[in-house]
Amino acid sequence: MSDYILYPGCSMEASARAYYDSLKAISKPLGLNLREIEDWNCCGATEYLSVSKTPAYALIARNLALASNQANETHSVVAPCSACYLNLAKADYYMREQPKLGKTVNEALAAGNLHYVPGSLDIRHLLDVIVYDIGLDSVEKKVVQPLTGLRVVPYLGCMVPRPDYDHHWSDHEFPVELDFLLKVLGADVVDYPLKTECCGGHMPQISPSTAFEMLRRLISTADERDGDVMVTICPMCQLNIDGYQGEMNQFFGTNYHMPILFFTQLMGLAFGIEPKELGFGLELVSARNVLDTLGVKAPPETPPAPPRRPRKPEGLPMPTPLTKPQIEALKKEVVK
Amino acid sequence: MTDNIENTSPSDAQEKIGVYVCHCGTNIAGVVDVVQVANWAAQSLKHRGVVIAREYKFMCSSPGQDLIEKDIKELGLNRVIVAACSPHLHEKTFRTACANAGLNPYLCEMVSIREQVSWVHTDKVAATEKAKAAISGGVERVRHHVPLQPIIVPINPATLIVGGGIAGIQSALEIADAGFHVYLVEREPSIGGHMAQFDKTFPTLDCSACILTPKMNSVGTHPNITLLTWSEVEKVDGYVGNFSVTVRKKARKVDEELCTGCGICQEKCPKKVIDNVFEAGLGYRKAIYTPSPQSVPNRPVIDVPNCTYYEKGTCKACDIFCAPKAIRFDQEDQILTLNVGNIILATGYELFDARRIPNYGYGRLPNVFTSLEIERLTNAAGPTNGNVVMRDGKTTPKTVGIIHCVGSRDKNYNNYCSVICCMQSLKFAHLVHERTGAQVYNFYIDIRAAFKDYDEFYQRVLDEGTMFVRGKVAEVTDVPRNENERGKLIIQVEDTLVGKQRRIPVDMVILSAGLEPRKDSKEVAKTFGISCSVNGWFIEKHPKLDPIATMTEGIFIAGCAQGPKDIPASVAQGAAAAARVLGRIEQKEMALEPVRASVIEEKCSGCRICNGLCPFNAITFHEDRMVTEINPALCQGCGTCVAACPAGAITGTGFSNDQIMAQIEGLLMMNIEPEAVTA
Repeated sequence: MSDYILYPGCSMEASARAYYDSLKAISKPLGLNLREIEDWNCCGATEYLSVSKTPAYALIARNLALASNQANETHSVVAPCSACYLNLAKADYYMREQPKLGKTVNEALAAGNLHYVPGSLDIRHLLDVIVYDIGLDSVEKKVVQPLTGLRVVPYLGCMVPRPDYDHHWSDHEFPVELDFLLKVLGADVVDYPLKTECCGGHMPQISPSTAFEMLRRLISTADERDGDVMVTICPMCQLNIDGYQGEMNQFFGTNYHMPILFFTQLMGLAFGIEPKELGFGLELVSARNVLDTLGVKAPPETPPAPPRRPRKPEGLPMPTPLTKPQIEALKKEVVK
Repeated sequence: MTDNIENTSPSDAQEKIGVYVCHCGTNIAGVVDVVQVANWAAQSLKHRGVVIAREYKFMCSSPGQDLIEKDIKELGLNRVIVAACSPHLHEKTFRTACANAGLNPYLCEMVSIREQVSWVHTDKVAATEKAKAAISGGVERVRHHVPLQPIIVPINPATLIVGGGIAGIQSALEIADAGFHVYLVEREPSIGGHMAQFDKTFPTLDCSACILTPKMNSVGTHPNITLLTWSEVEKVDGYVGNFSVTVRKKARKVDEELCTGCGICQEKCPKKVIDNVFEAGLGYRKAIYTPSPQSVPNRPVIDVPNCTYYEKGTCKACDIFCAPKAIRFDQEDQILTLNVGNIILATGYELFDARRIPNYGYGRLPNVFTSLEIERLTNAAGPTNGNVVMRDGKTTPKTVGIIHCVGSRDKNYNNYCSVICCMQSLKFAHLVHERTGAQVYNFYIDIRAAFKDYDEFYQRVLDEGTMFVRGKVAEVTDVPRNENERGKLIIQVEDTLVGKQRRIPVDMVILSAGLEPRKDSKEVAKTFGISCSVNGWFIEKHPKLDPIATMTEGIFIAGCAQGPKDIPASVAQGAAAAARVLGRIEQKEMALEPVRASVIEEKCSGCRICNGLCPFNAITFHEDRMVTEINPALCQGCGTCVAACPAGAITGTGFSNDQIMAQIEGLLMMNIEPEAVTA
């Protein structure tokens, strides 16, 4: 059994429940013993650090301080969410590099009788732990249902490999750990050059057209390369590609159907775990084709929700545009 | 070899010490009160043997040296202290001055009050006190100095040159033409190095083969050159003037005497192998091969791991067709011992492996090429007869992007500039445009076209309509964003002159990969007893004033082994190394510094701790007597073993325990009061 302190993060309990469920399901066969940080709080996601630095770092460091109180044999904190992983690693790194920041943050933590010594914990992403600690050989031994014939598109997103403070990954621009893991599971791995491109993050709320273009690049390339399913390690990426795919299709008049799953879900399938335990069916773009390809009996699909009624128009009414014959007719009138 | 210690001890004669304090313009005088220091030395050190103390603006100048010489003659000085710069710079100057006045030069001691005092302090009072302490230490030390004589060693006139690229070839020809024997050892089956792979050379666009092959042939036929190709140096023993070098001559499986170089064996051999060395992986060779038709010597080798005969026991096609019956399947490696006086290392470079930058796609995207591949592609004798085509072997590219600084000037890979890539990229731009009419883009950080006629070539390439985009390329991708980009390689780059991101679709990408030291340069350096920089380039004796010698006497470096450089610079350095060796040979013998470590055998316990520490391989262990001995000609006097010996059995001439302890005593005699310093 390998012991790790787990920082789940908010999304694992909500939008990425499939990730959490599948992680719990595969941790037993992998021999992963995950102890959750007690009374953990939100990491601040991508925004807080750019709003106010000191409270943002204190918010993150509170989790590190709690984790270090819980650290006995192990000093490794594992975060499955990319944003959480990046924030924890960032706080640890900058508290180490800038002693002044470390001091201020610890002053804030002292209000809650907490203290964190920068560098005392080893902050890891779940994929890093599975590939480098557990090892691809051990993973391969657990495979009972190889993902043969399934064309998977490995997609990491931008936050995990960069800036890679403590050199955990093979390369910042083109890390290949996920590719190798999926190969071990028996899948047919698509060469996907956009594996570390940004999914748009919170851009759908800020500028939907920009976000849709970013998603279109990711989804169309996966589709052009004959991918059956995209596989990610990040709840944010999963949410954007899954949740906004419909709106993106509407925006561009396209008809893509590209499901996206968490890598832990595919690991679970390969280990022969029931799809239901792995959170299958929670995705919006149905991944039923994955189960069909592998011949896994699928749980009954929930009927699609009735289409939302279009919103009432708020502005003033628009004149209808002219049709071509109308324009021709108008021209003739002018000539007369 | 002469005995280097005369029997005089400090107590025999009354020391008469002269102290000379140098201003070094304002270098020292700007921070240290030299007049005060000199007056202090004359007054306060009188009882310790100082009879005269002077200060002068430039002690190293002729009038400065005359001061010392005059005092030695008139006052009968028998010890001299020069408080000035580092001994690295002017120890020789002042020792010579002493010798001119009849004093043994090793009775002169330099105290560095520039590098160790004035250049590193700003507090004038404290610096002056520190200078006094340093001089006090020097005075105590010099009293223990004894007259020494330099060690004279004979010079074997034969020279070993390692590496048969253009630098090694130049060195070999210079020395051989002067009438002395040269052994040229080359790892590959033929000499010529990287230059033999090129089509054209910048900036004149000379045909590389046309200017190189005459030199290669001269090496091959020169009566004074013993050419050992397909060979490697395994071991180097001995010292300057008298090296003994062990060379492994790998089995060619071909009798070089009988072979006529007709080439029928290569024609008939049924086994085709990808040539990763000469053709840079872009072409094929046979299992019995010479790298190129112009190879010197024109004798093939059998590639044993790929030969069908060694794999299956049958075939022998080469043997059947060989008219003079020169194939020797049972030939074995030969070990040769060469005796030489000097060694020149010209082991060259290796190309940066562009697969290390995965976002440039080399090895993943078929139409991304490295610079060396393009050299072969443009070469009329290359795999495509000089046609610039894409990886499918037939399509001519319509647009080509050349990326500079791949693996160079990048803190993720190599910090240094690889020097040749700018000019090489300009050459490719010209050649590709000339052969295909393609639109060529260059993506550069800075254009470094220094040296004669280089910038003119840049102007010429600009006039030809080549596009230049200033910015470091982010990635090369085959993922299109619009229809114009479909089926192309897209170069994503920040154009720093416009301040905008650009995406430029091209058919072919050329990565101008940087130069790296040989993978085994650190082991090679250890074999020859020289040092490598962190990057792995061989370290020269002085970066400006002696880029040819190394800290090990008798070992010289030339060409890219010392650092990235182009062909003219490699040739110049090769010739310069040869000139240095010829100077040595002409002298027939040379004087070595007598600063050497020696073992006091009675004290040596035979623990062998020192044995592995010597960077110059000067230490040998006598199993029979269980004692260690230091070869004085090989020893460079670095003192590592002296410090390491737990029994104190090793002593350094000029750095004896007495001398070091006396110097420390002298330093401590100056009790620098903290208050005095801050005042």
